[in-house]
Amino acid sequence: MKDVVLNNISKTYDSGMVQAVSDVSFHVNKGELFGLIGPDGAGKTSIFRILTTLLLPDGGSASVNGSDVVEDYMTIRKNVGYMPGKFSLYQDLTVQENLNFFATIFNTSVKENYDLIKDIYIQLAPFKDRRAGKLSGGMKQKLALCCALIHRPTVLFLDEPTTGVDVVSRKEFWEMLKRLKQQGITILVSTPYMDEATLCERIALIQNGSIMSIDTPKNIIAQFPNHLFAVRSDNMGNLLKDLRKAKIIKSCNAFGAYHHVTFHDDSPEMKEKLMRVLEEKKHTNIELKPVTPTIEDCFIYLMEN
Amino acid sequence: MDTVIHTNKLTKRFGDFVAANEITFDVYRGEIFGFLGANGAGKTTAMRMLCGLSTPSSGTATIAGFDIYKHAEEIKKNIGYMSQKFSLYEDLTVLENIRFFGGIYGLSDRQLKEKSEQLIETLGMKSEGKKMVGSLPLGWKQKLSFSVAILHEPKIVFLDEPTGGVDPVTRRQFWDLIYEAVDNGITVFVTTHYMDEAEYCNRISMMVDGEIKALDTPAKLKQRYSVTSMDEVFYELARGAKRSE
Amino acid sequence: MNNISTFIRKEFLHVFRDRKTLLMLFGLPIVQIILFGFALTNEIKNAKIVVCDYAKDAASQQIIEKLKASEQFEIQNTLLGHKQIEATFKEGQIKMAVVFPANFNNDLLHKNKAQVQLITDASDPNTATTISGYASQIIMDYRNELMLLQDLPYQINTEMRMIYNPELKAAVNFVPGVMSLILLLVCVLMTSVAIVKEKEMGTMEVLLVSPFNPFLVIVSKAVPYLAVSLINLTVILLLSVFVLGMPINGSVLLLYAVSTLFIITALSLGLLISNSTASQQAAMLISLMGMLVPSILFTGFMFPLENMPYPLQLVSHIIPAKWYYIIVKSIMVKGLGFSAIWKETLVLFGMTLLLLVVNIKKFKIRLT
Repeated sequence: MKDVVLNNISKTYDSGMVQAVSDVSFHVNKGELFGLIGPDGAGKTSIFRILTTLLLPDGGSASVNGSDVVEDYMTIRKNVGYMPGKFSLYQDLTVQENLNFFATIFNTSVKENYDLIKDIYIQLAPFKDRRAGKLSGGMKQKLALCCALIHRPTVLFLDEPTTGVDVVSRKEFWEMLKRLKQQGITILVSTPYMDEATLCERIALIQNGSIMSIDTPKNIIAQFPNHLFAVRSDNMGNLLKDLRKAKIIKSCNAFGAYHHVTFHDDSPEMKEKLMRVLEEKKHTNIELKPVTPTIEDCFIYLMEN
Repeated sequence: MDTVIHTNKLTKRFGDFVAANEITFDVYRGEIFGFLGANGAGKTTAMRMLCGLSTPSSGTATIAGFDIYKHAEEIKKNIGYMSQKFSLYEDLTVLENIRFFGGIYGLSDRQLKEKSEQLIETLGMKSEGKKMVGSLPLGWKQKLSFSVAILHEPKIVFLDEPTGGVDPVTRRQFWDLIYEAVDNGITVFVTTHYMDEAEYCNRISMMVDGEIKALDTPAKLKQRYSVTSMDEVFYELARGAKRSE
Repeated sequence: MNNISTFIRKEFLHVFRDRKTLLMLFGLPIVQIILFGFALTNEIKNAKIVVCDYAKDAASQQIIEKLKASEQFEIQNTLLGHKQIEATFKEGQIKMAVVFPANFNNDLLHKNKAQVQLITDASDPNTATTISGYASQIIMDYRNELMLLQDLPYQINTEMRMIYNPELKAAVNFVPGVMSLILLLVCVLMTSVAIVKEKEMGTMEVLLVSPFNPFLVIVSKAVPYLAVSLINLTVILLLSVFVLGMPINGSVLLLYAVSTLFIITALSLGLLISNSTASQQAAMLISLMGMLVPSILFTGFMFPLENMPYPLQLVSHIIPAKWYYIIVKSIMVKGLGFSAIWKETLVLFGMTLLLLVVNIKKFKIRLT
């Protein structure tokens, strides 16, 4: 069963001047946690708005729950949950008031679907009479999720729910999504943070309005074409420059405490060769080890090829 | 080592609320100093005080050798500032933006001409010089606004989440620019939500509930908490945070 | 139906929680009425005038005494000739000169017809009109007294008749004016800003993705402002009756009915603006520059429409506030009934209907 299907969806703005989405096709299976991974301006929000019937595509077709996003928009609006990028809440209404309001406009009550939001709502309960505007970023995010879930949607669209939220809240948020998935809700989530990709079952990497790759995070990593090594030394700045100059190096990117490099040639002696080059350049405490690529490595590779 | 930022028990209170509580630290010349913290930990408040935008309730600090109480205006001349939110005027061209911000810091016409040519050359934006900044991709805007922030060769540049939402390739190019600035003797004071970027810093401070809970090199911090990534360090420290935003 | 009531309740919460705006909403009419009533009044008191009396007879002296006695005028000087008058005007110290020709009394008594010349400084046309109005009123009074004494058809030529507002009380003009402005401000500005705010905050996105009828979203936003407007209307009427002493001569019920129609006109305008703008600033700017300023200019209570060039008079026809202003004056001041204002009401009704149709046609069920 496919809950979300996109066939060759395109969208332009400013009468064709800006191509936001070009020829995007993918599907999301029932009960799947699917991630749309890409930087700002990649077209994530446009895709979400097309799927939630807020925008008309210029070309292609799409359906949610088997309903067409253009023809059957009213059916879709009854059955999906949507949390836009700027988690939409009424800042001047209290937690309780926000929740009740969203329950009512979806023709339901908080009581009716309380079991679904219980886990999240318990954390909000101490603040139930506080205005949404006075909540912390993490709490706002939780409240917005509750509001999007209150009518027990079959498909949940979350547009960059973790942007601008700190590491601790992000971690908690992904825990919540996992639990929701167990309740059988199909979730489509977008994020600019590459490290969140591995938390999804399947992902689509998107850049400049086009999908670069769709698969499970594991398979995408397995498709990385070269052996990947992590290098470090005492002077990381110079190391980066020297690595870029080395002829045997195919790619070199800073990756936190290490630089990630690939060689043009994946033969085992390359490692030795590089060590010699770096020692010649007077690098000290050199560490060179093979590593498994991350989604970010794959994203960079796909962007550059 | 030259100290470019020195703070001693710097505190900011808003009524009963202590936004920043007795912050004491030094930043040395040519350093990349990472200023991390959970949402609402007091980062923005602290940064505003350091930039001379807000007067502390108590404590002392000198920035680039100037006292923050007495010489706020001198401080502003000697620092650069860039944030994710405010960067450049979208409805001015690249060159107009460069001229405007250069002009604010008192660069002469000749300097401006020279610098702006040099700048768009290094950024590889020669053909975009006359384009509106609004029409550029986000990554380019961020690179350009960083370059503009250091156009007047400040002693310190403050970067507030400079790479939010930028693609991974551009993010790295951005850090290349930071390294280059450091090579030219500029001290970089940066906040970020990307924990891999925290690793690029020479030293990191972690703010929790208005106080600096940890300050060290990334390697030593990881060692102290027996973890392998900055992500985990952050989690260990911020998990117990009582307040947020 | 339960849905709509929740929605409307939420809108009321928004209005009542924004204390500053709330204060402005209810404070503004009071401040305006008091400002216009006591500070910005264009009633004239102690205007400096000169008299040039060629006649120096009983009639001219009596009229001069009357002018002296009135609180509107303060006679500066008695001049000898026309040349002096011109010079005095140039100095800019006086507002009006009253000239009695020689043989004034004689003409009046024997030819039953006499002339008085009123010269006013027309560089300030409003004051000039008002002042000469006062003066001719006083002269008319004198003539009427004469006629009571001797039943002869005396005539003094300063033809200016003022009805309904014989003392030229300013309140008659500005109370209906302030009413139309306040209602416009609340309904057009507040409604459009409130709707656009939902767009800006992103909550509109969520509302659109809900099964709730999007048009009702908009309609329920208008309800609190309708309520606020009716309260404001009541406050203004109470102030004008009890503080300014300006009675409501016509039917209060009719006044409320027509005001409700005008409020709906204004609300539809607010909806139209919110439909075509994406930011609160844009909505505010369009409401102020596009609605409020033309309404101040073309309603007729600040600047008399009759003095405007014909093309501008035509422009004034499309300003809803102008029609409302006429209706309110007719009901409040003249005490007229529906039969006297049905034309203006029909115009307002037509405008409202048109605006609503355009709104429904333009309404978007999606973004952009």
